[in-house]
Amino acid sequence: MDIHEYQAKELLAGFGVAIPRGGVAYSPEQAVYRASEIGGARWAVKAQIHSGARGKAGGIKLCSNEDEVRTAAKALLGKKLVTHQTGPEGRVVHRLYVEQAVPIEREIYLGLVLDRKYERIAVVASPEGGMEIEEIAKARPESLLREVIEPAVGMTAFQAREIAFGLKLTPTQVSRAVTTLMGAYRAFRDLDATMVEINPLVVTADGQVLALDCKMTFDDNALFRRPTVSELRDYAEEDPREAQAAEFGLNYVALDGNIGCIINGAGLAMATMDMIKHAGGEPANFLDVGGGASPERVAAAFKLVLSDPKIEAMLVNIFAGINRCDWVAQGVVQAAKETELKIPLVVRLAGTNVEEGRKILQDSGVPLISADTLAEAADRVVAALKSSRVNRTSAGNGQA
Amino acid sequence: MSILIDEKTPVLVQGFTGDKATFHAKEMIAYGTNVVGGVTPGKGGIRHLDRPVFNTVKEAVRETGATASIIFVPAAFCADSIMEAADAGVRLVCTITDGIPAQDMMMVKRYLYRFPKERRTTMIGPNCAGLISAGRSMLGIMPGNIYMRGNVGLVTRSGTLGYEAAAQMKELGIGITTSVGIGGDPINGSAFVDILKLFENDPETEAVMMIGEIGGPQEAEAAQWAQEYMTKPVIGYVAGLTAPKGRRMGHAGAIISAFGDTAAEKAEIMRSLGLTVAPSPSELGTTVRDALATKRPKRKAVVQ
Repeated sequence: MDIHEYQAKELLAGFGVAIPRGGVAYSPEQAVYRASEIGGARWAVKAQIHSGARGKAGGIKLCSNEDEVRTAAKALLGKKLVTHQTGPEGRVVHRLYVEQAVPIEREIYLGLVLDRKYERIAVVASPEGGMEIEEIAKARPESLLREVIEPAVGMTAFQAREIAFGLKLTPTQVSRAVTTLMGAYRAFRDLDATMVEINPLVVTADGQVLALDCKMTFDDNALFRRPTVSELRDYAEEDPREAQAAEFGLNYVALDGNIGCIINGAGLAMATMDMIKHAGGEPANFLDVGGGASPERVAAAFKLVLSDPKIEAMLVNIFAGINRCDWVAQGVVQAAKETELKIPLVVRLAGTNVEEGRKILQDSGVPLISADTLAEAADRVVAALKSSRVNRTSAGNGQA
Repeated sequence: MSILIDEKTPVLVQGFTGDKATFHAKEMIAYGTNVVGGVTPGKGGIRHLDRPVFNTVKEAVRETGATASIIFVPAAFCADSIMEAADAGVRLVCTITDGIPAQDMMMVKRYLYRFPKERRTTMIGPNCAGLISAGRSMLGIMPGNIYMRGNVGLVTRSGTLGYEAAAQMKELGIGITTSVGIGGDPINGSAFVDILKLFENDPETEAVMMIGEIGGPQEAEAAQWAQEYMTKPVIGYVAGLTAPKGRRMGHAGAIISAFGDTAAEKAEIMRSLGLTVAPSPSELGTTVRDALATKRPKRKAVVQ
């Protein structure tokens, strides 16, 4: 789960990380009030969406008086921001963060992440902060500072010092950076994060070390024990179909193609998508119905996938172990009948209770194309899609 | 021979009396698994599926001599169950449960390393379909009938894609020694390379199929190890060649993983290290068949 910049900063501040003064605003009036509350002469008005590179997309505006704050807030609220992380559809801005603008002397990159290689929390830091960090990592990997944290001990002060001195900070700045590093690590550990990124961590003209932008991502599997984190969820930031899918215990990711997919198991789902592409088609989604899916869950999955207007054909591929083909078949039949399915449907069932499943499909009267193997399933759905398009085109020509 | 389990291995079921555990314990018993009992704290003393139930794993091990366990305990309590089994001296723990917090797995792995190598627990999973030694014993949730006994070792991240591979092989008359699902989580008990080592040392296994997924360094590490130490052919596949790049926030993940995270990169690494890679998921069986037919003796290597 992702959260907003201002939420991440509030969490980190609770662990001793220094941040510039700021406050959240939902309206231009509130933004102006925040600015006066913060004081000073310059403010940054920052769009709060779950994405980086907001500055490039025009989502951060520097202001020097109340009128500018009001104008910036008016311009940003309700605006759709498009960054490389939001995709072409972009995200609408509903919240702003008004922050004291600080005189920046240096920008540093600081990231903590769950490192799959070491199976531990790892810290990465770079003396060069900012947006081009991935390019820096590729071009000059030796310039990055890395530490892997021993979970039974936690981050040690000497590890934090090694990073801070490695960043070429002055002794006073080093002690401030150590506080930041230790705080960020404790936040990561105590809140079950999977990523904490402070980019940039800035050194101000008067030698303060402040987290100027921050992103945090949390382990979905641990949200049950982190109520303070789960309540930060912002549903407006999530794809409505993905959010709906999560409610049914489904793992759904929308893609660009036109073949709707219902599969069990993430690996088989990816392999089936590979197979569709191999056969010349384009999957419209990734969907894993999970283990032990009831007919209701399968039907919900079917309707959910079908609610995407791009869908022109459906493919169900189930290799049941902990699942049951008869339940899957019941769910498919139920959903196909309720939605009065008009587009081609290809079903491939294998594994537990496959005979019962096939019988339910045959007896249902739902027009569907069955397949015995993965290759057949992919070939048939792509072929069915093509012929249904030909039919529609020729019908269209007839009318004209 | 097979790896990790055979028909004699005495097995405990942790979370024995739950619905899913009951269903799959019945299936395992029907397949021939030597299920000797189970553990459900608070239900010790009763019998379930005609087998004794214990309050603690220590007690169960003492009374039954179990050396393996399968865990169906809910995610929130799973780390504790794994550590309990390790502490009781269970040699093989297979965790089916999905949804375990990553930091719990970090802790579990630290805990397993407390024990000297001679008595250290091998953990499979979590979030996996388990393992099966075809025709001998099943410690998992897979449909047992799709596995034919034979000479190919199978190791996969995904359970259902493992079923797909086993079914394709059976269709072609190719059987397996043992199939191991290592699970799809970022941190898992056993990595591909751990299972490859076991297959290399198993006299009955003649070739190994390894099926990976996008994300993480395990496939590349295993391919590297296979190239250096394995005398048996390894046939690979990586699911997710067409998967779009994850829409993760921030750069930290990308910086850490650098190269080798995508399916295409992994398949390329496998190929460059001399593994045969199946061109599509419908050719898992045929690629194994062809590799077996053209199997040439590789140089002898010493396995440690």
